[in-house]
Amino acid sequence: MLKMAGVAAGAAMLDSTGARADDAAPPAENEWSQSIGAGVVDQPYGKPSPEQAGVIRRNVPWLTAGTESSISFSPLQSLHGIITPNSLFFERYHAGRPDVEVDKHRLMIHGLVDRPLILTMKDIMRFPSTSRIHFIECPANGGMEWRGAQLNSLQFTHGMVSCAEWTGVKLSTLLEEVGLKKDAKWILVEGADGAHMARSLPLDKCLDDCLLVYAQNGEALRPEQGYPLRLVVPGWEGNVSVKWLRRIKVGDKPWYTREETSKYTDLMPDGKSRGFTWLIDAKSVITFPCPEMPLSGPGLYEIRGLAWTGTGKIKEVHVSTDGGANWRQAELKEPVLSKALTRFTIPWRWDGKPAFLESRAIDETGFVQPTLAALRKVRGTNSVYHNNSIQTWQVKPDGSVYDVQLG
Amino acid sequence: MSSLANLRLAMLAAALLAANAIPAVLAPAMAGETHQRFDYGTPATPEQIKGWDIDARAEDGKGLPPGKGDVNHGAEIFADQCSSCHGMFGEGEGRYPKLAGGTGTLTADRPEPTVGSYWPFAVTLWDYINRAMPFPTPRTLSADDVYALTAYVLNLNNIVPADFVADKESLPKVKMPNHDSFTWQDPRPDTAMKPCMTKCVDPSTLKVVSTAEGKDLTPRTSGPLDNMQPK
Repeated sequence: MLKMAGVAAGAAMLDSTGARADDAAPPAENEWSQSIGAGVVDQPYGKPSPEQAGVIRRNVPWLTAGTESSISFSPLQSLHGIITPNSLFFERYHAGRPDVEVDKHRLMIHGLVDRPLILTMKDIMRFPSTSRIHFIECPANGGMEWRGAQLNSLQFTHGMVSCAEWTGVKLSTLLEEVGLKKDAKWILVEGADGAHMARSLPLDKCLDDCLLVYAQNGEALRPEQGYPLRLVVPGWEGNVSVKWLRRIKVGDKPWYTREETSKYTDLMPDGKSRGFTWLIDAKSVITFPCPEMPLSGPGLYEIRGLAWTGTGKIKEVHVSTDGGANWRQAELKEPVLSKALTRFTIPWRWDGKPAFLESRAIDETGFVQPTLAALRKVRGTNSVYHNNSIQTWQVKPDGSVYDVQLG
Repeated sequence: MSSLANLRLAMLAAALLAANAIPAVLAPAMAGETHQRFDYGTPATPEQIKGWDIDARAEDGKGLPPGKGDVNHGAEIFADQCSSCHGMFGEGEGRYPKLAGGTGTLTADRPEPTVGSYWPFAVTLWDYINRAMPFPTPRTLSADDVYALTAYVLNLNNIVPADFVADKESLPKVKMPNHDSFTWQDPRPDTAMKPCMTKCVDPSTLKVVSTAEGKDLTPRTSGPLDNMQPK
């Protein structure tokens, strides 16, 4: 029997209208439609299609001395929801990824508490559990763009943000369990990695919404994300969500560790520095089109993007296609969750002419995502962290997209 | 209070009502002492706490252990265990952190934040070396060695004299040059943009002042940028 696939494959045929025949369109039959596929548990832990091999975390080798104290970026250009797949969640290490053995992991809680405690992971998982969806963003996201446009890629300009459903125990539950002494005001959280990454956190935030997390998107945390236990501090700079968490010490003052003095502080143009700038302010970016995902010709498109804020929910997102001269309100896609990535879309008919695409987020407090010029006016170009400015994508007539800054 | 603890209290109350045997006056005490806690895990003993309680608090040095170290001993350890990354005089090899110098550069076009030019607390240096250094073999230095290295790096920055001896008394007293330049209250929001919707700028005045195009700084990624060379 003659297989249509054979006919189609052998031919760069012209159809009756003179157009080139489409090898895959009906009536063609493909090989996978005429054979039996792999059985269940062929891949006991599932993998993406081999065709998705380019959808991976990437690093910028010139950014850091090595990969052990470094960062990788999520491929936002290829993602389609508010949840980042666990394999693609951005990574930040200070002494490489420790491969912790769960049976040997302990959490010690001590300091200004009534009952210093040591907990195994089994102990921790017995406590009442909570699940919440939150983003985590490294405050250095966009840090390479303060002086000018450097990286022609959504992945590298914005990929230090990811979002997941986190499951664990409320930090307040554990602090109640050990009993806080009345002068308790701060906690130190410390990792089991080689850097023993440590940060101070004010007690109010800890009792408000912090989680000790052992699961991410329904499965155990990945080693890259702190297996078996991490802290999640919703809406605050990612560095405080300490991974491989092994110690919580309660105190009455902050510690001023290296990561909250030498690093994660913001140098201002007058030589002064800001410390304890934990909050992630409102931010958004257009994820389609973007440098990695250009336009294929004039016509109707859905501009898509992500918005987020550490203050709560995103209230509105506006989109401009003319470099900020005129703006239209985008549609927010449900679910719109507090301190989570929020999707927005807006239709756009591209006429094939040069365009400058921008998005602007507004949070529940009314705070408006600033332009880079407005941020620079206050903070100069050397503060490294907390660049939440409006991103401009330049669309050229051939549909290609570039990371630019407008003046 | 957790919802589970609430549930337990409710169940206890129901049981008390049903049994009607325990004097009501005892119920709050029982609830407070027995039924608000989960009692999972094991108490941390003083020995266990001592083993992991490694932090030294920067402002007052609380947590610094006994021991001491001087600049000369620090120089020896530094040459052996630190200089391959940080340079013999803290100048930094490659992209590894520069530890010394940079004084007066914080308002310059290219600031050089180092221990001397930037760090607000000397004790933080002790704490960081003790918890995280040397990079390939953290938690292998003695307290004396950490004191000595701290003294050496401070001396490289001309913050302490060559005969300085670091210990839990002397380190918290070291005043770092940039200490007073930090504010610890977040002043944000520090921008107040108005959400203008139409004719916000004159499009004819817009020009590209910076572009990533052609800079050759973007590593290989997916899509049409795949022809870029890795950096």
